[in-house]
Order: sequence, then C-alpha cells, then structure tokens
Amino acid sequence: MAKMHVKMNVNGAEVESLVEPRTLLIHHLRETLNLTGPHIGCDTTHCGACTIDMDGKSVKSCTVFAVQADGAMITTIEGMANPDGTLHALQEGFRMMHGLQCGFCTPGMIVRAHRLLKEIPNPTEDEIRFGIAGNLCRCTGYQNIVKAIQYAAAKLSGAPMQEAAE
Amino acid sequence: MNIAVPTREQREAKLEGMGCKRKRVEDIRFTQGKGNYVDDVKLPGMLFGDFVRSQYAHARVKKIDDSKALKVPGVLAVITAETLKTVNLAWMPTLAGDVQMVLADGKVLFQNQEIAFVVAVDRYAAADGVEAVEVEYEDLPVLVDAFKALAPDAPLLREDIKDKMTGAHGPRRHHNHIFEWSMGDKDLTDAAFAKAEVTTKDVISYHRTHPSPLETCQCVASFDKIKGELTVWGTFQAPHVIRTVASLLSKIPEHKIHVIAPDIGGGFGNKVGAYPGYICAIVASIVTGKPVKWVEDRIENLTATSFARDYHMTTEIAATKDGKVTALRVHVLADHGAFDACADPSKWPAGFFNICTGSYDFPVAHLVVDGIYTNKAPGGVAYRCSFRVTEAAYCIERAMDIMAQKLGMDAAEFRLKNFVRREQFPYHSALGWEYDSGDYHTAMNKAMEAVGYKQLRAEQAEKRAAFKRGETREIMGIGISFFTEIVGAGPSRNCDILGVAMFDSCEIRVHPTGAAIARMGTKSQGQGHETTYAQIIATEIGIPADDIMVEEGNTDTAPYGLGTYGSRSTPVAGAAIAMAARKIKAKAQMIAAYMLEVHEADLEWDIDGFRVKGLPEKSKTMKELAWAAYNSPPPGLEPGLEAVSYYDPPNMTYPFGAYFCVMDIDVDTGVYKIRRFYALDDCGTRINPMIIEGQVHGGLTEAFAIAMGQEIRYDEIGNVVNGSFMDFFIPTAVETPKWETDYTVTPSPHHPIGAKGVGESPNVGGVPCFSNAVNDAFAFLGTRHIQMPHDYWRIWEVAKGLGLHG
Ligand code: FES
Ligand code: FES
Repeated sequence: MAKMHVKMNVNGAEVESLVEPRTLLIHHLRETLNLTGPHIGCDTTHCGACTIDMDGKSVKSCTVFAVQADGAMITTIEGMANPDGTLHALQEGFRMMHGLQCGFCTPGMIVRAHRLLKEIPNPTEDEIRFGIAGNLCRCTGYQNIVKAIQYAAAKLSGAPMQEAAE
Repeated sequence: MNIAVPTREQREAKLEGMGCKRKRVEDIRFTQGKGNYVDDVKLPGMLFGDFVRSQYAHARVKKIDDSKALKVPGVLAVITAETLKTVNLAWMPTLAGDVQMVLADGKVLFQNQEIAFVVAVDRYAAADGVEAVEVEYEDLPVLVDAFKALAPDAPLLREDIKDKMTGAHGPRRHHNHIFEWSMGDKDLTDAAFAKAEVTTKDVISYHRTHPSPLETCQCVASFDKIKGELTVWGTFQAPHVIRTVASLLSKIPEHKIHVIAPDIGGGFGNKVGAYPGYICAIVASIVTGKPVKWVEDRIENLTATSFARDYHMTTEIAATKDGKVTALRVHVLADHGAFDACADPSKWPAGFFNICTGSYDFPVAHLVVDGIYTNKAPGGVAYRCSFRVTEAAYCIERAMDIMAQKLGMDAAEFRLKNFVRREQFPYHSALGWEYDSGDYHTAMNKAMEAVGYKQLRAEQAEKRAAFKRGETREIMGIGISFFTEIVGAGPSRNCDILGVAMFDSCEIRVHPTGAAIARMGTKSQGQGHETTYAQIIATEIGIPADDIMVEEGNTDTAPYGLGTYGSRSTPVAGAAIAMAARKIKAKAQMIAAYMLEVHEADLEWDIDGFRVKGLPEKSKTMKELAWAAYNSPPPGLEPGLEAVSYYDPPNMTYPFGAYFCVMDIDVDTGVYKIRRFYALDDCGTRINPMIIEGQVHGGLTEAFAIAMGQEIRYDEIGNVVNGSFMDFFIPTAVETPKWETDYTVTPSPHHPIGAKGVGESPNVGGVPCFSNAVNDAFAFLGTRHIQMPHDYWRIWEVAKGLGLHG
C-alpha cells in the first residue's frame, strides 16, 4: 500500500513519518513512535484507554487515522510532566489519592482529565464524573479517580487539598 | 556534635510497615505511561498472529481454504488443526481434566471458536489474511438452553468423548453431561425437609458474564532454535503454571522455558487459564523461528476467552415457624460451555461452591452439582472470586431473603437469628469446611447501626403506603447481604492444579547495605503487591519499605508459586513472606548476639533491630546486622542474609462482611437510583487500608455491573448478542454509585500475620446485595424472586408484569 507522508508535533517535538493510509493513530504512536503510554482496550471507541490530546481536544486515538493527524499538535501521557521534569498535578494526584490500580486506563484517564481541567478548572464532582465518562476503568470504581482530579484541580488553582485517599 | 535520636514513632513511621496507607510504588511508572504491558513488548523481526473464528455455534467444518490468504502481502503462514496435529497439539488438556480443541478439529462448538491462526508481518497484514481464509461449514443443531442439555434427544456436542461415560470427576450419564458432584448428607437433609414447618424452593440463576479486564489476553512467544529455548511474555496470573503446562505440551524441558508476566492490565480471573492464542503463538514461533505476538481484540475476549458464572441453582431452605433454619438443599445446573475448561483446583469441579451454607448455622445440608456442555464459550473462571464462591453467596443470600419474606420476618433479624455464633469458631459447616474465625453479630450490628436500619425500614413502610395510595410512582428497596468467603487456596491436602500443590512462595535477599529484594510466586494485576508485600517485610525485619524491591512474574528468578487469583496472594504468599522474613530475623538475631556478646535469648526485637533486654542502649539495627552478615559473620555461620519460604497453608481463610444497599426505583421507567451503598468488610489484619478501600471500591463496581446488567447473552442459534463494549455493561463514572466503606478486624488464627485477603469480597457480597435491593423493592407487590441482571428494561418488565402500568 502506498505510504503517505505525515508530520505532527508530538509532546513538543516535530516528527515526520511515512504511514499507510489505513494505519490508526494509536498504532502509529505505539509502534512507530514507541509511545506505549496510550493503550488499546476495545474495538468500539468505548474504553478511552487510547486517549490523547490533539489540537486542544481529548481524542480516542484508536478512531483516528494517522494521516488525519497530519499537522496536529499531540500530547500523550509521556508529555504530561511539567517542563522542569516534575510530575503534573494530575500525575501526583492519581498517586496521592490512589486513583489507579492496574494502571492500564491511567494514561488515557490523566490525559482526559488534563483537558477537562482546561475546560472547567474547578469542576464539581458531577462534572468530573460526566467529563471522564468516555474513559472506562475496571479496577478503581472511579471514586478515587474523582478525588485525584479534585486534588489536581485544587493544586493547580493554588489551594492544595489536605485530604488523603481513604 | 548533637545528633537527634529518632523517637520510636519516627523509627516506626520510617518503615512504612503494615497498617500504614503507604502510597504505591507502582504508580510512579504507571502515571508516566512507563508501565510495561505485553503489547508494549517489541522484538526485532516480530510477527503477528490473528485468528479465523467460527461464525457458527455448532457446525461441521468441511473445508478450510487458505490459498487466497497465503497470497496476501505480508502473510507467511496459516496454521490449522492439521498443522497442529503434526506436533500433537490440535487438542490440549484443560485445568478441569477435560480436553479442548486448540483449533477446530472437524467441527466447531461455539461462536467465535478458533479455526485457523494467520501469521503475518504485522497486525494489519494478519487481519487481511484472516479475511481471505475461506471456511466451508455444515451447520448442526445448536444447544443453548442449559435446561435442555440433558434431554434424550439433545444434540450431541462432544463427539470426541461420546463413548466415554466416565470423566475426570466420575460417571457421566448423558452425552452432554460432564460430572455430578455432591457434598453433604442426603438422608439427613431429606429427613429434615420431610418434617420441616416451613420450606422454600426457588430456581435462582446467576447469569453468564465475563471478567473483561481493560487489557485483553495477549502474549509474545519467541523460540530460539539454536539454544532450544522458549521465552513467552504473557498476561499470566500464574506464570509458573503456564511454564509447566507449556513444557508438558511442547516437550521443551522446563528449564529452557522462560515465562515472563510483565505489568498486567487487570485480570479478575480472565488470565489464569491457557488459551489457544498462547499455544498458537508458541507453535508459530517454533515454525517460523521468529517471535510471534498475539493480541486478542475486545470482541474475541468477550466471546471466546473464557466466561464466568452461568449457574442455575435450585435452592431449598427448611426452617421452623419462628425462623430457625434446619436444612439446606441445593441442586446446581452448571453450564460449562463446549469444553470443561473451568479454572478450579483439580479436585473441585464446582470450585468451593459448598460454602453455600454461608454465614448460617445449618445443621444439615446437601448439594448436587451437574456440569453440562452447551454450544457456548468454555472457561468458567473465577471472576473476582474464589472458585464459585460468588455463585454460592448469591444462592444463599437470595434464598435467605426469600425465606424471611415467607416467614414474615425482617431479613436482618432472620440473619441475626441464624448466624454462626462467635463461640462456635472454628466452625464445621454441614458441607465440610472448617471456618477459621468470625464474629458475624458484631459486624452485622455495626453495619445496621451505621446505615440506620430501623429508620430505613420505617421510611420504606411509609413509601409503600404512599405508593399504594397512588401518591408516588417510586418504590424503595433495602438490600442486605452478609457473606462468608473462602479464600487462600489452599492446603496441599485438598488443593492442587494439575497435580501441583497450591502453596506459594517468597525469597528474600537482604543486601550488605541493608536494602533488600523479595521475589514472589504470585503476580499482581493491579493489587499493588510491590507496595504491600514490602510493608509486610518492613514490619517483620525492620527495613524501610522504600528499601525493599518486590519482583514478580519472571519464572527464571522467582521461586515457584501458583499465582494470583482466588484472593490467595495475601493468605498464601503473604504468609510465605512473613515466614521467609522470620528466617532472616532468626539469623540476624544470631549475628546480633555474637556482636553484642550476649546470649540470643537475652535479645529482644525493637522496631528495626535487636537490643539487649534491660540495656536498650546496647543494640544493633537490621542495617548493621546485614552488613555484618556479609562482613564479619560469627564463626561457624554461613555468610549472607537470605531466605526462601514455600508456604503450605493449614486451612483456608474466611473473610466476611455486611453490605447494605438502598435503592429507589421508578416503576414507570424501570430506572433505579442507588441512594446509598455501605460495605463493612472483615479481612482480618489490614496491611494497607488505602489499598483495601481501593479493592473494595473496584469490587463493588464490578458487583454493581454484574447485578444490574452485565451479561453475556446468546440468541437461540448461539450468537453472542452483546459481545463488545457497545452493549456489554461496563459502568462509567456516571452510573457508578458512591461507596461507603467500613470494617471490623477478626484476625485469622492460623495465618502468620492474621490476614485473610479482600480483593474479591466486594464482588461476592455486592452482587446479592444489589439483587436483594431490587427484590426487596418489589416484594410488597407480590414478587418472590426476580432473576438477575436487573437492567432498566428488565425492571420495567417486572413492573409491567405486576400490572403497574395500567
Ligand atoms: S481503544 Fe478503546 S476507545 Fe480507543
Ligand atoms: S486502574 Fe485498571 S482499568 Fe483503571
């Protein structure tokens, strides 16, 4: 199959590659660019394990062709840490609030929560639950994920929360 | 110089030992996308395998034409049963003593059964190849309804064993019959029923469902022809068992097989068994000489790679008029699908279902389980459960509610009246278990108080009256469940897998600087072993948990163990850790005695080292003793500080809990709201409360899913009608209720640290609690038992059936 040339900004770096037109973005990220943080959990765009940030939106990268991402600005979990190398408030919050167990949903969940907090900096619990409804978790029951996002929201808005995970 | 001497509290806090909410070490890599899961494994020249699967649930395979597939660019090979026969692998033994086709051999027995394995240069080419394989079928009559399996004219499914009237678990009485398993005393039970004042009899079904961890099953097999060595990375809950099975099947000597289970994205029982994908990837690697990756997609996972439950339980209780139970009789029709591939210890064809007397003091009981074949996927795994304990808990907890209703007694009061009492432990149940410990009344009373049980019943009475007056269309249900689990399989006298006793193991090496590594026979799939195991060691030998690395999943370095499932990690491996640590401590004590020039008996343990009794300033920390072990061991003592323990538990452990659910249901729409869910768990000694709570939240969410809609459903010709995440119910954050957790602590008397295991309790106790809430809501309108799952539509149907829609 004839390959196409694509160029995208991934986690701050310009990358150019040749891809088959049918290659899914998730496979391009994981297999060509070796960014194995985003995962694959389903075939029907339901689980959100593959979530990345693309041009300012949360996107399920299993449902986008790599060629559709030509020219896009992409952030994956690997690009979430702060420029000085410290962890993002969400990465810290997920650990502090025990918002993960097997960790398979976590990269997608954190990247989604990142965009959610840009959309709504101080979300209510219901807004968080609705905001992450495109991301499934089989392990945690979501309660501590909600807390992790609240932790990050508080920290980012300059009023860190004290409450620890149950 | 002024050195501040740390206080005892500071020394203890520094260890982050048992009982502390230590943050997880795993999270550092997982939150940065640096986990290493199977699909992340990438080897030079790696090929990719994918399955051609059956469209039919029951058909003869007349012809497999791979000529077009082999012309597809990138496709290298198509493996069929004929290929596998050359290496004697067309069929494989199952854990349950049956055999199973690896690839269709002449016929297919369930939809999506594996027919051919296409090997190609990448996953896209493999998928192209799968499309191009042409299979010719001749369809056969399909058996879906378990209740019709043993009819004289039922279709013959297993032609391979049609003349074999004895199976792994005794005689078979029909071509679709697998085994009959019975426990308890039939005569005494029948006699108790004959003179019973009140009896109930109900068919209580627990529908077929699936564990569906977020990561599907997958592996990479790499055979090195020169060395004759096979390396397999895979989603294995029990890596050592996989190594043994791989060796027995492939005839590759076991020391030349390296099995590695890297990070696993959830297991819940799904990743215990050996599946055709693993075998095919291994064979493909041997044939091609290249590494081969197999990753199933979600639809394949839900429809072909095991299942859970599918038990139809005819349950009878006998009781006196004033509410004392006198006997229990259960008959189970167990639908095992096309092959008996249930993952149970060898001698237990129905797992530990005989825990079905639950938390109640039944003087006599009798249980019969009939296993049968149908045209459904094989598997029968313990979905967040210890071998059919979830089914047993559902059976007894529903039946107790039904009996309470018949007696006109309050469901909580009825339970309190029949609990095994604290002074009866260790308690011998009528179906053969010895419950190690328990304090049911304390737990139940605490839970009832916490939820305000009396007030809830009063509110419900008012609502019912208002409903009858036509003032509201909402009904309120209060679900109760009080479960007793049996976990930690298990004692070698009655538990083995393929003949290997179900012990577990730990090896600890303390390095000269006082840091340590612990290697385990278990394998975490999200339970946080790297965090909690280190906490046990920290408390036992006084090394900070941060200085201890826990490693699992590599069969070359880990001591042999039976793996993680059935909540066995803490009861069995947790005990092995404590025993290994105690061996280290004993040696350290000898070294300390030598260094301090006292007798060993004059030393006492103090948080992080030994001190001389009465002379606390004379002491040696574990760090100092570790150095001495390598630098200046006492004369006659071997250098080094290492120990290994293989722990064979003397008994199972019996966690228990009291759960309450308050639910409001709109009878016109069938929409329910979980107003409140309270879970009190007693898992004995608590190692890391944060992780326990997390496990409870997760297990309750799975229980909620199962009770309220999660089902693998077949149509009458054996098609799975909900085999993807589009319609298989996985709750999102929006539907998932909020969980309240609580606990009591009744340590296990036979476990070195008193711990019992918790991972599965919430699933075991949660399902009956939700179901009892739905049933309780409708009970005043005349229902007796409403089958699960209780999705909106089915609840609406119940209301309609009751004539509530006018
Ligand atoms: S892999 Fe499930 S939504 Fe993308
Ligand atoms: S932590 Fe396992 S799926 Fe979310």
